[in-house]
Amino acid sequence: MNQSNNNTTAIDFKALLKESGIAALVALGLAIVLVGFKTVDTPTGMDITTRWVWVVVAVASVFVGRLAFAVRRESKASRAPVHVDMKAKENRAAIIVNRFSTIGGPLFIGFALVLPFMPFADRYVVDVATYVLIYVMLGWGLNIVVGLAGLLDLGYVAFYAVGAYSYALFAAYFDLSFWVCLPLAGLCAAGFGVLLGFPVLRLRGDYLAIVTLGFGEIIRVILLNWYEFTGGPDGLSGIPRPSFFGLELKRTAAEGEQTFHQFFNLDYSTMHRLIFLYYLILILALLTNFFTIRIRKMPIGRAWEALREDEIACRSLGINPTNTKLTAFALGAMFAGFAGSFFATRQAFISPESFTFIESAVILAIVVLGGMGSQVGVAIAAVLLIGGTELFRGLEEFRMLAFGGLMVAIMVWKPRGLLAHREPTIKLHPNGAPPPIKQAATEGGVK
Amino acid sequence: MEYFIQQLINGVTLGSIYGLIAIGYTMVYGIIGMINFAHGDIFMIGAFISLITFLVLGIIGITWIPLALLIVLLVSMIIASIYGWTVERLAYRPLRGSFRLAPLISAIGMSIFLQNYVQLLQGARVRPMQPVISGGFTFLEGSAFSITVSYLQIVIVLLTIILMTAFALIISRTSLGRAQRGCEQDRTMSALLGINVDRTISLTFVMGAALAAVAGMLFVLYYGVIDFYIGFLAGVKAFTAAVLGGIGSLPGAMLGGLLIGLIETYWSAYFSIEYKDVAAFAILVLVLIFRPTGLLGKPEIEKV
Repeated sequence: MNQSNNNTTAIDFKALLKESGIAALVALGLAIVLVGFKTVDTPTGMDITTRWVWVVVAVASVFVGRLAFAVRRESKASRAPVHVDMKAKENRAAIIVNRFSTIGGPLFIGFALVLPFMPFADRYVVDVATYVLIYVMLGWGLNIVVGLAGLLDLGYVAFYAVGAYSYALFAAYFDLSFWVCLPLAGLCAAGFGVLLGFPVLRLRGDYLAIVTLGFGEIIRVILLNWYEFTGGPDGLSGIPRPSFFGLELKRTAAEGEQTFHQFFNLDYSTMHRLIFLYYLILILALLTNFFTIRIRKMPIGRAWEALREDEIACRSLGINPTNTKLTAFALGAMFAGFAGSFFATRQAFISPESFTFIESAVILAIVVLGGMGSQVGVAIAAVLLIGGTELFRGLEEFRMLAFGGLMVAIMVWKPRGLLAHREPTIKLHPNGAPPPIKQAATEGGVK
Repeated sequence: MEYFIQQLINGVTLGSIYGLIAIGYTMVYGIIGMINFAHGDIFMIGAFISLITFLVLGIIGITWIPLALLIVLLVSMIIASIYGWTVERLAYRPLRGSFRLAPLISAIGMSIFLQNYVQLLQGARVRPMQPVISGGFTFLEGSAFSITVSYLQIVIVLLTIILMTAFALIISRTSLGRAQRGCEQDRTMSALLGINVDRTISLTFVMGAALAAVAGMLFVLYYGVIDFYIGFLAGVKAFTAAVLGGIGSLPGAMLGGLLIGLIETYWSAYFSIEYKDVAAFAILVLVLIFRPTGLLGKPEIEKV
């Protein structure tokens, strides 16, 4: 404590003012044209209105913000440097994360199970919860590809679309029920995964990302333009709802069949169907989770993680990288297919609008912000991002703005995600620390 | 034949625009090895700034076209450069040395942010603009198809050639260019030799953004309509162009841009206009499978 007093020096306010001034100048440059002028439509063409007040406000707030930030930084720096044991800090974080995973996971599931029967759970809550769970499932599915196998997939939504459209088309053309179509949709999506993965999976990380992005766009463009088959921009509507072991969740049943509420002697309520859909996606999501947890312990799961860490070492050890990656890609796609057919049956209407690049970005953001590879983290990130932005539904325009800003902010603040700690499946040095391999940690991360 | 030549002219014009954007991708990828996903949106911002500046100049009364063009060019380049610099400073610099995915995610977030920022400020509707440069040369007027080369197309191609030459000179002759090439090869070593690595990277972003702004201005002039979403598709195609030409290579980016422009134009002319985006992506996939280093790229040796 004594030392900290001795080291305190006066803060150089002149330098701080200069720094804030420069920041304000940059803000002025950013704002002057795009904020200062607004293009407006007039009957004769385009016209311009000015908004100088906005510019002044923006510049002033940047100046004040930068000044406050700088003062805080300086006053922090002028105190004696406190020795922080990074190792201990990391270990503590790891312990917290682990404890959270063991206690938080079951708590989470328990809460999810009773949610529809909570007093506050009205129509809207169940609906939003279903929506969030779709993203939890998609996040867990993509986690297999990105988190475990370390393949960056920017076109995950394509498989989601394949799942949704294959259910809608199977139901429309062959009159198959949801329960028959669900595995078929998964298979279709997995098939597309193999089809795409086979040629491109030997590419390195960033190239793979851009090719998958391209693939996602190709699927969307085809859905948009193949009017006779997919309905084009009009989409497909009247997609049948799933039944509960053959019991329809409708007010009246078809000839010779029973409805859900007749069978169980309940009063008819539209909530039944919503709750049924909620449990359906919950089960599907938990299935994805269970599958991932189990497969991580199998040879193929170990191979994925090994491949993520070092591809060359894997090849030397006799792992076939293409086949290993292909399984990860196909399995991830399969779960997207399941989620897609659920989405189709929930909405009863699908169009290419729902499968834009932004969806892929959202799902990827969930996986990365959750801390890649961490199942609990992905669930939390999905709840935060989807549920959180759902709260701002009213402020539609600001929603995606905040979403983008949040993605940047979380990345800058915690580049490894919210629950970043990833416990290795096997440790070579269970008690001692392994030799430092800094280079590998920065470069070998995700390829 | 006339139709073919007409499409060639159109394709080269479009290719020039893609090429200008592609340079930003290729320079940034070369120097820090990341896909600057927000680059397409810097292009979009450049287009909006050009549109607004044109309108403001029209109101002030500067209507002599060469002067107006010059002012718009400078304004959009400068302001887009500030955007490029700020994006790098806020979203990428704190993540330097982090794991590979982090800057990419940050860039995607930035791209979403910028799109919605412009949508909020300028509205979601399509913004049209009156043609500024009209007229052109017409050949073979008597035959079934006449070939038209508009003055605007000439301006676009000439401007692209001038800027390309200027940037090639900067990279090969100036100390900044040397610093950039040094950072591209080995950042740590460059820092030891007294190169300010952060500044060099910032300037790379600034240069890329300036070129993207020029592309944005040309886009406004050529198509006459823009909206906040143009950056995504143009960005992806420009990145495709950069990969096609060999990422990290400046002439490669230009060549790739031209090829993508030509492929897209001919595809729309002879096959189907609906699937023109598919063509560009299909080419990308094929190139990556058969020649992952691109046409002019150096093969990358993977070391243990």
